[in-house]
Amino acid sequence: MRRRAFLKLLGAVAGTAAGSALESRSAKAEDAVAATARAEDQAAVLVDLTVCVGCRTCEAACAEAHGLPEPDWSDDFSYETERFADEEQWTVVNRHETSRGEVFAKRQCMHCVQPACAAACLTKALLKTPEGPVVWRADKCMGCRFCMVSCPFDVPKFEYHSAVPRIQKCRMCWDRLRQGEEPACVESCPSGALTFGTRSELLRLARERIVQSPNQYVDHIYGEHEAGGTGWLYLSPVPFEELGFRTDLEPTAYPELTRDFLTSVPLVLILWPAMLFGLREATARGGESSDVPDGWRLEGGVT
Amino acid sequence: MNAVIATSSATAAGPSVSRKPGERLGAYLRRELRPKGPLLTPFNVVSALLILATVVILVVRFVYGLGSVTNLDQRFPWGLWIGFDVLTGVAFAGGAYILTFLVYILHVEKYRPIVRVTVLNGFLAYVFYAGALLIDLGRPWNVVNPILGNDFGLTSVLFLVAWHFLLYMTAELVELSPAIAEWLGWQRVRKVLGALTVGAVIFGITLSTLHQSGLGALYLMAKPKIHPLWYTELLPVLFFVSSIFAGLSMVIFEGSLTRRVFQHRAGKELARSHDAIVIGLSKICAGVLFAYLGLKVVAFLHDQSWHYLSGGWGAWYLFEVLGLTALPMVLFVVGARRGWLGTLRIAALVTMIGVAVNRLNVSTIAFKWYEAGHYVPSWMELVVTGGILCAEIWVFRWVMLRMPVLGPQDAGTERANEGGDEAASPAQA
Repeated sequence: MRRRAFLKLLGAVAGTAAGSALESRSAKAEDAVAATARAEDQAAVLVDLTVCVGCRTCEAACAEAHGLPEPDWSDDFSYETERFADEEQWTVVNRHETSRGEVFAKRQCMHCVQPACAAACLTKALLKTPEGPVVWRADKCMGCRFCMVSCPFDVPKFEYHSAVPRIQKCRMCWDRLRQGEEPACVESCPSGALTFGTRSELLRLARERIVQSPNQYVDHIYGEHEAGGTGWLYLSPVPFEELGFRTDLEPTAYPELTRDFLTSVPLVLILWPAMLFGLREATARGGESSDVPDGWRLEGGVT
Repeated sequence: MNAVIATSSATAAGPSVSRKPGERLGAYLRRELRPKGPLLTPFNVVSALLILATVVILVVRFVYGLGSVTNLDQRFPWGLWIGFDVLTGVAFAGGAYILTFLVYILHVEKYRPIVRVTVLNGFLAYVFYAGALLIDLGRPWNVVNPILGNDFGLTSVLFLVAWHFLLYMTAELVELSPAIAEWLGWQRVRKVLGALTVGAVIFGITLSTLHQSGLGALYLMAKPKIHPLWYTELLPVLFFVSSIFAGLSMVIFEGSLTRRVFQHRAGKELARSHDAIVIGLSKICAGVLFAYLGLKVVAFLHDQSWHYLSGGWGAWYLFEVLGLTALPMVLFVVGARRGWLGTLRIAALVTMIGVAVNRLNVSTIAFKWYEAGHYVPSWMELVVTGGILCAEIWVFRWVMLRMPVLGPQDAGTERANEGGDEAASPAQA
């Protein structure tokens, strides 16, 4: 947590190189500490894949709640090939043939505890809210798509065929959450596969389920450690590889990968000018430090 | 290509002397703004068509969205415009900070004659290629947000890179400004601007260190997406170190073109010392390439990537490292020892290709290497890249034919250059 505050501070120095901004920055940094400290209390959803029946009611509820086009029902083909959430459909349910038969898996933004997309965003258009959801803000976004490059789950989607493109993804119904409601998908789920709660509650619940029915579940809560922890947690009857989940992700938060680089930035900003100026003075020939310091010397030839 | 450009400008060797004291500025500018030389040359026609096509494509792009002209998709958000125009273009522009380091920090006078042209090249590269970023932005009207907006994404490497691009362009403009003042005949302004040069140089070298490495750091979080042979924690260091030989190779390569095309604009000092400069820069390239290869070995051993070496990706990796990095290093060593300038130019060209391939590997080719149906740029992306390059050459030529970039042009300031000017021009025509 402290590291994060340090990072923010460094960022302040690095980006603007403005010393005067330090005061207000460190206050912001403390907010960040507080936010991270509350991570376990943030909103989260547990997906129990042993319960999901693949009815796709969540897809419909999501579309309705956000004014997205209705999912294409005509196709049970959508169960044949793996689909990905896209700019017009923020959650999809896929069917997987596994070693234990048919398993359905709902996919959407994982709402990381320390999201790579938000760390990558140079305008804070993608924002980890104190409540937990990672949201996108139109008035900030430049459309650089660095979030898409950085997200380990390839979640943010871009409207490539719009003159005013948006980054689209699940926002965990942030507005509904703030009115005390559950996310639309959770509320609509008829089978009880989705449970809404705080992250720590749900981790406890997930562990209990594994302990109570060790034969029903693999001993792995996906999202507990993946990418440093995510807001969406999964229980599965089969190893997650069989469901196309990436199991090779870092156990630490992705922003940690740029920590060393960002730490070195203020060091370079301070040390380089001093060293360069010193070198220049040290290598100057006698009484020459006042030479005409631009393109062509006014007198004298080349050595 | 140099022959093509040469035909357009060689005959354009109008007697161009900077503004004389007493000459009215307005009249002078009107005279200077006119093209110098024939307009209907093959290079001009082809480049004008490319630029026109670029404009049309960009109109379509801004009306119908990026997807209407590029092959980018949800899996490949960054393509040729970032991988080549920005990543490679900025590496190639690295010569400016290296040469200002040699001349203003280490006082190596040998390289002074090419400082201005290198800084001009670097400045234009940033303006045009970093400018290419703007056309790649989905919501470019928000580009001021990281600069003026109250929400600074301080944890973003791109935030750092954006600020550094902006500040570095300013620093390079300051470094270049004495030439502009000389062109306009503003003696006193020039003195003031000249006094700012060293500060701008020190600031510029610092910024370059950080944003050259920052471009590599952009990909640190893309760890699960980049082929393990190319992903390493050392990406920022590798990008920085390779920008040194990328920039210097560009200086060598471009210098051999410039010298022929703009020979009549070259000062005596440059004419005399050109070969020694090329050999000196080649030695630096060889040394830095050697260090870079060492870092590559460290990264390779650290990540224990042996098993990736078999198969197509391994072969492609070895081609980049051995064929496009180790080979030009050997060529630089041999060429510099024997004084073979032709060999050195080939070494510079191969080095540049190697850096371009490396940047494209990290950003597009080995990015999502596991995906079927990989990103390949559309013809329109290629045309825009070509059009931007042509536009840059036009501006470069315009400046070269007017401002004292390759050597002192101002008879009022310096020992007159008439001899050099007139002796060179006929030889060119």
